[in-house]
Amino acid sequence: MTILETHNLRHTFGGLVALDGVSFRVQPGRIKAIIGPNGAGKTTLFNIIAGVYRPTGGSVRFRGADITGRSPDAVCRMGISRTFQNLRVFGRMTVLENVMLARHAHGRAGFTACALRLPRCRREERAAREHARQRLADLGLDPLADEPVHSLSFGQRRMVELARALAVEPTLLLLDEPASGLNTRESADLASRIRAICDGGVTVLLVEHDMTLVMDLADEVLALHHGKPLAEGPPSAVRNHPEVVSVYLGGDFDLATSAQSALRLRQP
Amino acid sequence: MTGPSCRQALTPFFLAALLITGAQLAATAAHREFYLTQLILCAYYACVVLGLTFLVGYAGQISLAHGAFFAIGGYATAVLTTTPLRNSTEPWVAWLERAHWLARRPGLYGGEILTVSPWAAFLAGLLVACLAAVLIGLPALRLRGHYLAMATLGFGLIVYRLLLGSAFAGAADGITGVPPLRLGGWLEISGRASVRVRNYYFAWGFALLTLALLRNLLVSRIGLALRAIHDNESAAQAMGVPIGRVKLQAFVLSAAIAAAAGSLLTHTNGGLGPSEASAMKSVRYVALVAAGGMASLWGALAVSSILNFFSLRGWFGTLDHAVFGALLIAIVAFAPGGFGFIWRGVGLQRRLFRPRKKRLDDDPRNP
Repeated sequence: MTILETHNLRHTFGGLVALDGVSFRVQPGRIKAIIGPNGAGKTTLFNIIAGVYRPTGGSVRFRGADITGRSPDAVCRMGISRTFQNLRVFGRMTVLENVMLARHAHGRAGFTACALRLPRCRREERAAREHARQRLADLGLDPLADEPVHSLSFGQRRMVELARALAVEPTLLLLDEPASGLNTRESADLASRIRAICDGGVTVLLVEHDMTLVMDLADEVLALHHGKPLAEGPPSAVRNHPEVVSVYLGGDFDLATSAQSALRLRQP
Repeated sequence: MTGPSCRQALTPFFLAALLITGAQLAATAAHREFYLTQLILCAYYACVVLGLTFLVGYAGQISLAHGAFFAIGGYATAVLTTTPLRNSTEPWVAWLERAHWLARRPGLYGGEILTVSPWAAFLAGLLVACLAAVLIGLPALRLRGHYLAMATLGFGLIVYRLLLGSAFAGAADGITGVPPLRLGGWLEISGRASVRVRNYYFAWGFALLTLALLRNLLVSRIGLALRAIHDNESAAQAMGVPIGRVKLQAFVLSAAIAAAAGSLLTHTNGGLGPSEASAMKSVRYVALVAAGGMASLWGALAVSSILNFFSLRGWFGTLDHAVFGALLIAIVAFAPGGFGFIWRGVGLQRRLFRPRKKRLDDDPRNP
């Protein structure tokens, strides 16, 4: 059973080829990481899966259905939720409101029901608030529930974004560089949370620069370079893949071999 | 959504009701009941500003066509209720009359004239305004940024010019002689002095009802979605909000409120002129939204009522439009929070309308 499958994805921005021939699968209940140097096409790939871009070629299938080119809100309603590389929280709203917003698709009350505050609207609102409070409690954010998000620290905002993404109750969670801007302790904390999320039955696909985090966390790794898949497999195999090492640590192969051992040394 | 409790939400309504009743009693006691006429008009203009506050202040979508939507409602009422249907023998006229969509009343020169009934005209105005809003909104709201402002500015100018150049709309003279709108046995919406006090309460009741419905929307999932769109459209969409649809619905609602207010004001005045559709009027509404504090329904109601009252009493003389233009510049330059700074200055808002906020110094991640 495959939860997400891309087939021969290709995406160009004008003359620039951002992705070319990217095919991969994500198995349910696993954590898959996409690595690659800057400009490798990782975020483009995410944006295609999340519906922000329609790919120039190829297709994306989610739980058997073709979702290529669907709008981001439609993709979200199908059960794919995401966080952003450069945080996109709602600064003028409180922490609780940020997370409650993610319950939008779980509500049905329209303009009339809401304007009249019909019982249906209130019931949905109560359910959304309870669910949001639960998500905040899960991540230890409940004391901040009524704070406006713009008053929080960067690390806290990242956690708010994560809580918001989880409030969608996704089947697949896309995390775009979740550890960027976090200190070592926050990063380690995040890794255990992501593991817990996965154990809770959510499949995780993440893009990450922090190699220690990726090697610790991922069940499977896909390495991209110049928009093309370079290597795919378990972290240990990808880490030792000569091309991956040379891409990450310079073109010189001799140097790369020594760097390879350096990479190994970083493992506990 | 974590907003004030029910009691706290109702407090301003009680205060407003007290103020409205107080103003009426004072005006009657001082034999200055004619002030109420301007206050009735203020209430209808305030509805337009409230609808626009919902759209601009919360959803972040700027409309420069609210004068036009107001005029669409007003002109639909004025044209349909004053144009006699001459071929009353035609089957469609008979059909409309059987369906109670038409009304007969004594004509100015004797005899009886047959026109569209005020209620049907009211609904027609709403329908036309909603349709126009959908037609402008569908393309403009798909795009991010200020495309709606540009599209609505163009639309407003077109409506103004069309009204000015159309004989059936009275061209530059506008339309007079609009019959009253009857609501049950005891109330008719018209400018007659004998029904002034009733109309005053109806108009302010309508304004407060508009405010209450918009407030309910704002604390609901719809309001949350609109505020999220204002804050970060792509994030709102990624979290499952169908942004195009929600924005369009908010725009149509806002336009419909303007049209309803336009229709009711036309009945009150007994007519209206093309200046209601002018771009200056639309800019005035936006200025009042800004002066009210952008995202504050009560601020919009208070500021628009006070300034429109002065304007309607003629205090600003020939500088009328200039005053509102200067106001917009002054607000943007010196007080982006609107007139709320006076309010906050005296500490009223904090004590009366804000829920007590608990201090929070502890960060859960740094115990």
